[in-house]
Amino acid sequence: MDKQEALLKYVLRLGDNALVLGQKLSELVTQAPELEEELANANFALDYIGQARLFYSYAAELEGKGRSEDDFAFLRDGNEFRNVLLVEQPNGHFGDAIVRQFLFESFYALQLEALARCSAPRVAEIAARAVKEIHYHLRHVSQWLVLLGDGTDESHSRVQRSLDDHWRFTGELFAGDEVDEAFEREWDGPRLAELEQDWNEKLDTVLADATLTRPAAQWMDGGGRRGRHTEHFGYLIAEMQFLQRAYPGARW
Amino acid sequence: MADENWPLYEVFIRSRSGLSHRHAGSVHAAGDQMALDHARDVYTRRNEGVSIWVVRSSEIVASDPAESAAFFDPAADKIYRHPTFYEIPDGVENL
Repeated sequence: MDKQEALLKYVLRLGDNALVLGQKLSELVTQAPELEEELANANFALDYIGQARLFYSYAAELEGKGRSEDDFAFLRDGNEFRNVLLVEQPNGHFGDAIVRQFLFESFYALQLEALARCSAPRVAEIAARAVKEIHYHLRHVSQWLVLLGDGTDESHSRVQRSLDDHWRFTGELFAGDEVDEAFEREWDGPRLAELEQDWNEKLDTVLADATLTRPAAQWMDGGGRRGRHTEHFGYLIAEMQFLQRAYPGARW
Repeated sequence: MADENWPLYEVFIRSRSGLSHRHAGSVHAAGDQMALDHARDVYTRRNEGVSIWVVRSSEIVASDPAESAAFFDPAADKIYRHPTFYEIPDGVENL
């Protein structure tokens, strides 16, 4: 894989992760338990969609085939998306959504910190901007994890269950393939083994504060990098893409 | 309802360095740090601030409106407390 191909594929993956989690969080708009949390969640969703736009518009330039950011978001089929499976998981209850966001963002923050130092200038710029947003998200969802985990007996058992249920999607975050390897080699990209070590340390600190038990080592799901998604993904993109599929080129 | 459990916090925002914090409004929150988050999300969405204070509303000691006559009316006729009450003597350049 040459340098340019690795860059395009890597940028698209970043865009896919951001868009899909942004879409999931958008589904929660009007569902928050309080007005204040509602605003927080909507901000998070918009931050992600903003990041997806930056990655996709850069990918469109790199590809040079006249596709736009909208084409990447709305006119690709499910198996062309390369997001990790964790971000497409159902919103579930409040604790599920918090755990999903926490597990992903504790990884994504480290990934962006490393990308801000990589040798692909546009990626580094986008990452430097995005990491500030994600650090704030992580502060917020970490607090929720502690409040729920160290809260009542019911909140503790429910959020522990959420953690157990989502755990099998965490292995994929660090299971790089040839694109990750090429990006690391050619563009001084993130070293996933180092990220995993940092992630484990940070995770253990928050889990200890939250009085939650780290799930045992187990079989890990995967396949997002190859376009193989969980059964939830078809519904997600059907809703997200409906308008452009039914009314191609519609604008307002 | 969650409102019964989440305490109310008063929010004070400093809009620029050098200015003082001003009361912006209030938020409900499940804890002190979360109150800061909510204040940030509700009151500084459009670059309104560089610093936030939050304090539990129940911790604020406020004057009683029923006592406002005793508290504030006596100041109304003390015009000598205003600098404009005094005439500046001739020949004073800096005061």
